[in-house]
Amino acid sequence: MSSEFKNPVIRWIDHRLPVFTMMEHSAVTYPTPKNLNYWWNFGSLAGIVLVVMILSGIFLAMNYTPHTSLAFDSVERIMRDVNYGWLLRYLHMNGASMFFVVVYIHIFRGMYYGSYKDPRELLWIIGVLIFLTMMATAFVGYTLPWGQMSFWGATVITNLFSVVPIVGDYIVQWLWGGFSVDNPTLNRFFALHYLLPFVIFALVALHLVALHQHKSNNPTGVEIKGDRDTIPFHPYYTVKDAFGLGVFLLIYLGFTFFAPNFFGEPDNYVAANPLVTPAHIVPEWYFLPFYAMLRSVPDNFIDAWGILPIIISAKAAGVCIMFGSIILLMFLPWLDTSKVRSANFRPVYKWAFWLFLFNYILLGYIGGQPPEGAMLTIGRVSTFWYFFHLLVVVPFLGKYERTLPLPESISAAVMAKESK
Amino acid sequence: MADHTTTAGHGAPHGSHGDEGDSRRDFLVLSTLTVGAVGAGLAAWPFIDTMNPSKDVLALASTEVDLSPISEGQSITVIWRGKPVFIRKRTPGEIAEAKKSLGGDKDPQADDKRTKKPEWLVVVGICTHLGCIPLGQRTGDPKGDYNGWFCPCHGSMYDTSGRIRVGPAPRNLDVPPYEFTGDTAIRIG
Repeated sequence: MSSEFKNPVIRWIDHRLPVFTMMEHSAVTYPTPKNLNYWWNFGSLAGIVLVVMILSGIFLAMNYTPHTSLAFDSVERIMRDVNYGWLLRYLHMNGASMFFVVVYIHIFRGMYYGSYKDPRELLWIIGVLIFLTMMATAFVGYTLPWGQMSFWGATVITNLFSVVPIVGDYIVQWLWGGFSVDNPTLNRFFALHYLLPFVIFALVALHLVALHQHKSNNPTGVEIKGDRDTIPFHPYYTVKDAFGLGVFLLIYLGFTFFAPNFFGEPDNYVAANPLVTPAHIVPEWYFLPFYAMLRSVPDNFIDAWGILPIIISAKAAGVCIMFGSIILLMFLPWLDTSKVRSANFRPVYKWAFWLFLFNYILLGYIGGQPPEGAMLTIGRVSTFWYFFHLLVVVPFLGKYERTLPLPESISAAVMAKESK
Repeated sequence: MADHTTTAGHGAPHGSHGDEGDSRRDFLVLSTLTVGAVGAGLAAWPFIDTMNPSKDVLALASTEVDLSPISEGQSITVIWRGKPVFIRKRTPGEIAEAKKSLGGDKDPQADDKRTKKPEWLVVVGICTHLGCIPLGQRTGDPKGDYNGWFCPCHGSMYDTSGRIRVGPAPRNLDVPPYEFTGDTAIRIG
C-alpha cells in the first residue's frame, strides 16, 4: 500500500501512520457516481465555509472581550483599529449567513433526491445534528457583539426554556447564571461559541465516515453497481468543486465587500440596553421559518377540547412545535417508505417537495413580518402544512404513489441521456 | 459535467493524448497550483496582519515626559510601550565617571553616544540578559560595583551610563529613541 507513493519521506510516514493512504482513498481515488450534478457541490462548500468560520473566528477571538461593559466597544475596535479587523468581522458575519444558505440547499437536495434513505439514515441524522449545532452556535455567536438585537435575541430565546414544566424558571436562571441576560451569560456564550464549531467539526468527520461507507447518492437514486458507474474523485470532482467554490466566493465576497450589512440588523449597532426593547425584534433570517412556527399557535388553541390547555399552554405548544419541526426531520428516513429515492422518478412527490420548499420559504417570510392579521393566518396554515407534509403526505405517497421505471444503473442512465 | 466526463472517465488519463497532451496538462496543473498558492497567500495576509499592533496600540507608542520635577541625582521610571524606561538626572560626579571610559569590554560605547544632554540619561530599564528589571532606581537599592544598576536575577552590573560592566548580560541597557521637546520635556518613541 505504502509503495504507491514515490516520495520516500511520504512512504516512510505512510508505512507507520497511513494518513496519506487515507487521504488518497477519500479524496483522490474515491469512487464517485459519475452523474453528480451541481447540487452535489454544497457538501464540500459547507465544509469550506466551516473552516473559514473557524479561522476568522479564532482571529476575531484574539481581539474580542467577553464582558458586558467592553464587548460592544471591543467589536468596534476590531472594526476601526485592528488591521483588517473589518474584513475578518464581515467575513465572519456574512460567512454565517452563507453557511446557512449552503446547508439549506444541501438539506433540500437530500430531500429531493432521497439521500436519507436506507442505508444512509445515520448520515442524515448526523446531518440534522450538525444543523442543530449550527443553530446553537449561530445563536450564541449573535449575542457576542452585545448590541440591542444580541441582548434581546438572547433574552427571548433563553426564555423559551421557561415553558418546561415546574423547573422551567430554574433552567432559565441556570442558563443565564443570574436573573437576566448579563455578564455571566455573555461569558459562557463566548466559551460555547468557541467550543461548538469544533463539535460541528467532529460531527462533520462522522458525517464523512458515514458518507464514505455507502458512497454518495446521485440524481438517479440508483446505487453504484460497478466500476462503470463511478469516476475517481480527483480530478473530476475536485475540479468541479473548485469551480463551484469560485462561483460561491464571488457571491460570498460580493456581500462581504459591497453589502456587508445586508443580512444584519441596524439595531445591533446600538449597544445593549436592558431597559429598552427595540420596537421590532426579529431573529437572523435563517431562523425565521422556525420563528414563524413558534408564533403560530393561537392563545385559545385547543379550547374546543378543553383538556389539553390545562396540560400545555399556548407558549409551551409554540416551543414544542418549533423544536419538534427539527426533531421530526430525524425521522424522515422512516416516514418516507418509498423504495425509490430520487424525486426524478416520483411524479407526485416531486410536486409535494416543491410545495414543501415553497411553504418553508413562505414561513421564513412570515417570520419576518409582525404577527397580525393575514400574516398570522398564513403562518398557521404554513406551519400546519410543514407537519402535514412530513407526517401525512410523505408516508402516504410512500405507499400509494406510482413511480416511474428506474434506470438499470447510473451508467445506463448516463448513456441513455447521451444518446438522445 | 456528467455528460462530458463519461467519455474521459474510463480512459487512462495519461498517455492517451500523447506527449503534447501531457505537457498541456502539466502546464495547466502547474499554473492552477501557482495561482491557487498566490491566492491563498494573499488571503492569509489579512489574518496574519490582525495580530500585528493595531492602530490604537500604535497611537500609544510614544510617551511624553515632563522632566522639570526631577532633581539632581534622582531617577524616575516611566512606562513606554509597556516597558519601564529609566530617566536619571545625573550628578556631575556620575557624568565624569561615565565619561572616563567606554565602559566594559563587552559593549564599549562612549557616553555622549548614549545621551543627548549629559545630565539626562534615558535608558530602557530591562536587563539585556533575560529581561528582568535591574535595581538601582530607589535610594537604598543595590546599585552594583559601578554605581549604576544591579540586576538581581543573574547579577549583571551596569554603570552610570547604563553600560554593562560585569555579569552575563551581553549588551548595554538600550537607549530608546527620544527627543527633547523643550528644555525639560522629552518625547520617547
